[in-house]
This record gives sequence, structure tokens and C-alpha cells, in this order.
Amino acid sequence: MTTKALQLLTAPLIDNNPITLQILGICSALAVTTSMATALTMSLALTAVLTTASAAISLIRSHLPRSIRLIVQITIIASLVIIADQFLRAYAFEMSERLSVFVGLIVTNCIVLARAETFAMRNPVWPSILDGIGNGLGYGLVLMIVAAIREGLGAGTLFGVQIAPLASEGGWFEPLGLMLLAPSAFFIIGLLIWAIRTGSPALVEPDEFPFRAPARKDQP
Amino acid sequence: MTNLAPFSLWSRFLALPNDSRTKTLGIAFLVALVSATAVSVTSVALRPRQEAHVAALREAKLATMIATLPGLADILRATGAETLQTVIVDLAEGAVATGIDPGSYDFLTAQTDTAQTVALTTGQDIAGIGRRPHYAPVFLLRGDDGLALVVLPVYGTGYQSTIRAYLALFSDLNSIAGLSIYEQGETPGLGSRITDPAWQARWADRDAVDPSGEVVITVVRGKATGPTEVDGIAGATRSATGVAQLVRFWLGPDGFGPFLTRLRSGEGE
Repeated sequence: MTTKALQLLTAPLIDNNPITLQILGICSALAVTTSMATALTMSLALTAVLTTASAAISLIRSHLPRSIRLIVQITIIASLVIIADQFLRAYAFEMSERLSVFVGLIVTNCIVLARAETFAMRNPVWPSILDGIGNGLGYGLVLMIVAAIREGLGAGTLFGVQIAPLASEGGWFEPLGLMLLAPSAFFIIGLLIWAIRTGSPALVEPDEFPFRAPARKDQP
Repeated sequence: MTNLAPFSLWSRFLALPNDSRTKTLGIAFLVALVSATAVSVTSVALRPRQEAHVAALREAKLATMIATLPGLADILRATGAETLQTVIVDLAEGAVATGIDPGSYDFLTAQTDTAQTVALTTGQDIAGIGRRPHYAPVFLLRGDDGLALVVLPVYGTGYQSTIRAYLALFSDLNSIAGLSIYEQGETPGLGSRITDPAWQARWADRDAVDPSGEVVITVVRGKATGPTEVDGIAGATRSATGVAQLVRFWLGPDGFGPFLTRLRSGEGE
């Protein structure tokens, strides 16, 4: 694999992570990270959809009329999401019950459309596939970290396996109920972003409005 | 050269400027066609597996209800019967329809299929279901001394959604052994309290049908005063009444009433 291809694959893991740098896909990151199993399923579903969508869109990019390109992208992404959802319902029924609407909501996940519009529309198929996998892994990485912290501190389990004996069952571990609520995911993602930007200050954007508190218009 | 015509047409289509109307419409149509085909093929190919999962979930709910009913665990243990016997009942006849395989009959699909349902008049339709299937499954549990329990799948409209439940009757077929609501979409926090186990438990040991065969069970405002009444839920009046209405409908002459009458007289055994 060439250096450039490797770069495509690894850049979204930390330096250009879709969640912590591009601040995209936060909504699903909050919803599915109460346990590691749901977070892993969601990451896999998103990676599969993102990779195939990027490949398909890249394949037809030179014949895509500009006036209808967004609707065509959404059509392709939505179809792939339905297919992914159907597969989950057929082969991982309990998991799809737990994920409820969030697999369907991959359609509105900004990461997929953002990669289609900014990368797949301008690059050949193979780099687009690598970019899709890379961004899916980057999303998955953050989800797994957040889910590990939330499940670990909130229920004392990882992947459903008890790692700390609960106080209610005679152990020493008092679960942190807050971790199972949505706000805790915000806190954890916020701390992650802070840690990453402290580690590599190059990622910090220049202040657009130096005299006021920076007003960011990020998508959810 | 004629057999190459489609290819030359295709390359001429691709050579069109991207913003031409023909190409815009053509690409839109092709993308829609490919997407729709992919979605349809997946959906049709995977449906049997998905339906198996849903059916398993339904059976698990039924088994849970049976297990939580008072005294039934003992009956099950005594008879060694692990599962219920399922029969398909012709509702109008009130008799077991022997021609239909209980394993393959899809009650849920039948409910919305005009060919498999009969329209109800406004007077009949107290459960608000519009049309009633010709056939419905009934689950029978037999102990050492004959029939121990009859479980009826029931459904009807509450305040804003279809409420689906299992209604279990004791062997006298007049008193309720339990009610288990497994699907509803009532207002969360208000109407959805019909799923509260404490409220559902109030249905147990109520007299639903009087000795003359009249359905007498009702949900009342406030406290129940007799064996034919169930406490209402403040803030969930319409949903609780909906549950009572669907129970009344399915026990009544347009529901399982004729079958229950026949079973009482011993014919259905």
C-alpha cells in the first residue's frame, strides 16, 4: 500500500477524525454509546454504508449532473442504509431492536454526506473506498472509546461482561448513573477533543471572532 | 451493426453534457431504478428471517406472560407441557378451522388484508378495528383435569394507537387469568401506563363474562367496586377504556364469543 493510500486510511483516525475534528455525527455518538456492543454494531453499519456510498458515488461522479447531485447522493445513501438495516434485522435482531431508529438515522448522519460531497465527488473509486473505511474507523474509534468509558463507569461492564463487582451485589463498585444518560457523552467527547487538541495544537482552528466568544455553527 | 445500437446509444448518453435535461432525467431514473431494485431484493430476500425473529419475540412474550400467571407454573410443571397448543378458530362459526395450519397462519397480515377480513358495522366495532379477520389463533393449555387455560390474542384501538395484548382465561372461560399488553403506541407517560404491570395485574381474577354469556367487564373511573370492574387510570382514561373495549369486543359475539360458548359446552374439546 502506498504512503498516500495509508495516509487516506489513517488520517481520519485522529488528525482528521470525523467526530473530534469535523464535529460531525455527534447525535448518533450520544445515542448508541451506552454499551460497547451497540456502539460496535453502529460503527460497523456506518463504515459499511460510508464505504459503499463513497464507492458508488465516486463511480458515477463524472456523469452526475450538478443540479441533482445532492438528491442522487442521498438516494444512494438512503438505499444503502435501508439495506444495512434489513441485514441487521435479519441477522442481529436483538441488536437492531436496541439500536432502534439509529441505524435508519445514518441517512442523516453528516459524516456520510460530507465524505460523499467533499471526497468521493472529486476522487477516483479506490481512494474514495479508503477514505470511507478510514472515516468509518475514525468514527468507530471515538464511539468505542466513549462507549467503553460510559459502559465501564455506568454499569461496571464491558461488552456486557462484569469487570467490577457492583455494590448492590456485594462488591465495591458504585455505578455512575450519569454515564448512562446522554449528557455524559457530550462531556466525554468534549474532553476527548480537548485532549487531542492539547496534544497537537495544529488542529486548533484560528479564532474567527477574536473579541467575542467563538460562535461555532456546527451541525449536530 | 444493429446489435451494437444499444451500446452506441449508451455511449452517446454518457457523452451528453452533464447538465443537459436528458442526462439529468436519465441519471435520476437510473439511480432510482438501481436503488429501488437493491432495496426490494434485500427486503424480499431477508423477510423470512426477520419474520422468524419477530415471531420468536412474540412467543417469548407469551411464554413470559404464562410464566407470570399465578398458579400456572405449577400446572405446567404438573403436566410437563412445555408449550401451548395452538388452534386456528373460525370466528364466525366459533369452531376450530381444521383446514388451516396454525404454524403457517399469519394473524398479523390477515388483520389488514381485505380478503381475509370482514367489515364491522359501527355498532359492532367497539374495539375500533374496522375489519375483523375470519380466522384467529387461540392458545390452549391443558392440565391433568382438562383445559386449564385459554389464551386469546386481542387487539384494538386505544387513544392514538393499536393496542395488542394476550388475554388469558381460566378454564371456566368466564374469569380472566391475566392480561399482557405487548404492543402499544399510546402517549408516553400517560396512556402508555396501560403497560404498567401493576395495572395489568388488576385484570387477573376479574369476572369478564356472566353466567348468561353476557360480557360484563368494564374499566371504571376511580376504584373498582365489584368483581366485574377494573380500576381506571387517571390521565389514561381513553387508553384504559380502549383496553376494556377491545377485551369486550374479543370476548363478545363478534370476537371469540361463539368459540368460547362452544368450548364451555364441551364441544370444542
